[in-house]
Amino acid sequence: MPYGFIILMTGVLCASACALLGSFLILRRMAMMADAISHAILPGLVFGYFLADGPNIITGALGATGAALLTVLIVQGLERTRKLDISAAIGVAFAAMFALGTILISRFFRNVHLDTDAILFGNIEFSSFDRLYVGNSDLGPTSFWIMGTLLVINLGFLLLFYKELKLTTFDPGLAAALGFAPAIMHYALMTVLSVTAVGAFTAVGAILVVALIIVPAATAFLLTDRLPVMIGGSVVIGASSAVFGYFSALWTDASVSGFIALWTGVFFALALLFSPSQGLVARLLTVRRNRQRFAIDLLLVHLFNHAGTTEEATESSLDHIGTALHWPPDKAHHTINRAEHRGYIRQEHGSLVLTADGRALAQSVMSR
Amino acid sequence: MPGVLHDLLFDYTLRNVALGSALLGIVSGVLGSFAVLRRQGLLGDTLSHAALPGICIAFILTGSRTPLVLLIGAGIAGWLGTLLLLRIVQDTKLSEDAALGIILSTFFGIGVVMLSLIQRTNNANQAGLDKYLFGQAAALVERNVITFALLGGPTLLLVLLLYKEFKLLSFDPEFAASLGFPARKLNVLLTSLVVVAVMIGLQTVGVVLMAAMIIGPGAAARQWTDRLSHMLVLAALFGAASGLTGAVSSVLDTALPTGPMIIMALTVIVAISILFAPRHGLVPEQLRIRRHRRTMFAGAGGD
Repeated sequence: MPYGFIILMTGVLCASACALLGSFLILRRMAMMADAISHAILPGLVFGYFLADGPNIITGALGATGAALLTVLIVQGLERTRKLDISAAIGVAFAAMFALGTILISRFFRNVHLDTDAILFGNIEFSSFDRLYVGNSDLGPTSFWIMGTLLVINLGFLLLFYKELKLTTFDPGLAAALGFAPAIMHYALMTVLSVTAVGAFTAVGAILVVALIIVPAATAFLLTDRLPVMIGGSVVIGASSAVFGYFSALWTDASVSGFIALWTGVFFALALLFSPSQGLVARLLTVRRNRQRFAIDLLLVHLFNHAGTTEEATESSLDHIGTALHWPPDKAHHTINRAEHRGYIRQEHGSLVLTADGRALAQSVMSR
Repeated sequence: MPGVLHDLLFDYTLRNVALGSALLGIVSGVLGSFAVLRRQGLLGDTLSHAALPGICIAFILTGSRTPLVLLIGAGIAGWLGTLLLLRIVQDTKLSEDAALGIILSTFFGIGVVMLSLIQRTNNANQAGLDKYLFGQAAALVERNVITFALLGGPTLLLVLLLYKEFKLLSFDPEFAASLGFPARKLNVLLTSLVVVAVMIGLQTVGVVLMAAMIIGPGAAARQWTDRLSHMLVLAALFGAASGLTGAVSSVLDTALPTGPMIIMALTVIVAISILFAPRHGLVPEQLRIRRHRRTMFAGAGGD
């Protein structure tokens, strides 16, 4: 297998596994728990290495998962005291864990290779060198096994507990009343998230795990209101980010994990701008259309009110409209053109006259 | 211990480290108090990550490693992140925590790409950009401290001048708007001021630990008082105390890194405050509940 292909596939598997969980975190407003957990695993990882007397992947992963779960409990406990709100609880807890991890490294692991940069960025570039051996047989790249396992776990979790997750997310009260124990689903989700963060962290590092978990799901959220579409869409967006990120990095010889995160951002920015329902452009167009429609309504009502009165000649003259409605000449001009184009008014000897359509619309506006 | 006290006053290195860390504690304590009250605790975390591409661009454009230049770059990037964050929260159905996570991770991703490009060019001058990731409180020199004072002083002054406005905004933004205060502009301003605290913190505790620097002092101070003015002073004191403790402990034992020690000291202060603060602490609260329960039962028994 070519090295590049291994890196690419590691990225795609990792991004897909992470993106699967994102939708529920976004909907439960717990996106920042991903950030907290991905950082808080550090002291556990160090402790695991300490127990094994070296960088042992199994004790490290166990320690890291333990630290992640401990952080979930601490955040939960702090929030339950109601002394801190959830964001403060998250910030205090994960920073303390990360600081503890850094202190442990500098105190006990001065000589052991535990690269602090790799904690933040990961080491996806090296995924092609690390192969899994059982006895003498080469089972392929270790990263495939780790990311593949994560993908299976997360997919299995969603398929098995989809109904429970959905119900506890959208209506925890009803879920509790029906006997679905929202708390258990919360801890189950947090456990799966912890395992994912620990596994993905070796490939893309603590902070970029957050990008892969949150951003694709948030992007999909802007594009759809249906949960299954959102989950599927976030996996597609995450995997695409991995592909685009890999080739961008190859082309510019820059960090792969950085570029993957950057591409999740690009897709998000596109959705933010151009989503048909939520996008800034769509919103801007709606505002403009409403403003134009309101201006036409106003013009028609004005003409309707003065039709047949003595001052009709002056009030509906082409030059007077702008002054009467306090419009700048530009706006008056465009509105008159639009109304004429749509067949609501016509011009007769320099003054404006309502057509039958225009009169009908003016009446319906006034009866609203 | 008297030796430490002597060094604190007269040893050049320690004095700067202690002064810089304490200044960070004061500025982030005051601004963080507002963030905590407005339930925007993780703002500092997001802005410190969002600052990374700014540091890289400032370096690429100027080729200099002067802290002030890099910090201005950091500030601009953090500020752009703030504006984008407020826009996402305002204009989409995404909640604030999702917006925080999005800005944090994508800006940081862009920064990582830039950092790798800079490192690839093998510029002899590039070494040291990544020290902003973990901070290097132990390497603070007099010039840094002066930079901090120049950034932090005007910021604190601004908070003092707009105290009434910020107070109103923190507790009742709708009321503030109805009174005719420019609530949206004040919101952008107060959020942007956090960027200044982040600029100071990047060099001292680094990107990751900045979250605690913003939240910790305010969260601890909140347990001791219900008055905003007292809370701000207490938060500044707690911030300064943890800065000093971190600096001193890393001098007593050189294997201890300063930034993480500052955060550990702060964590201890937060824990003590949540447990034992007379007004809101857990232990006094439990004692009060038990006392009330006993009085109630005594009353019932007397019947």
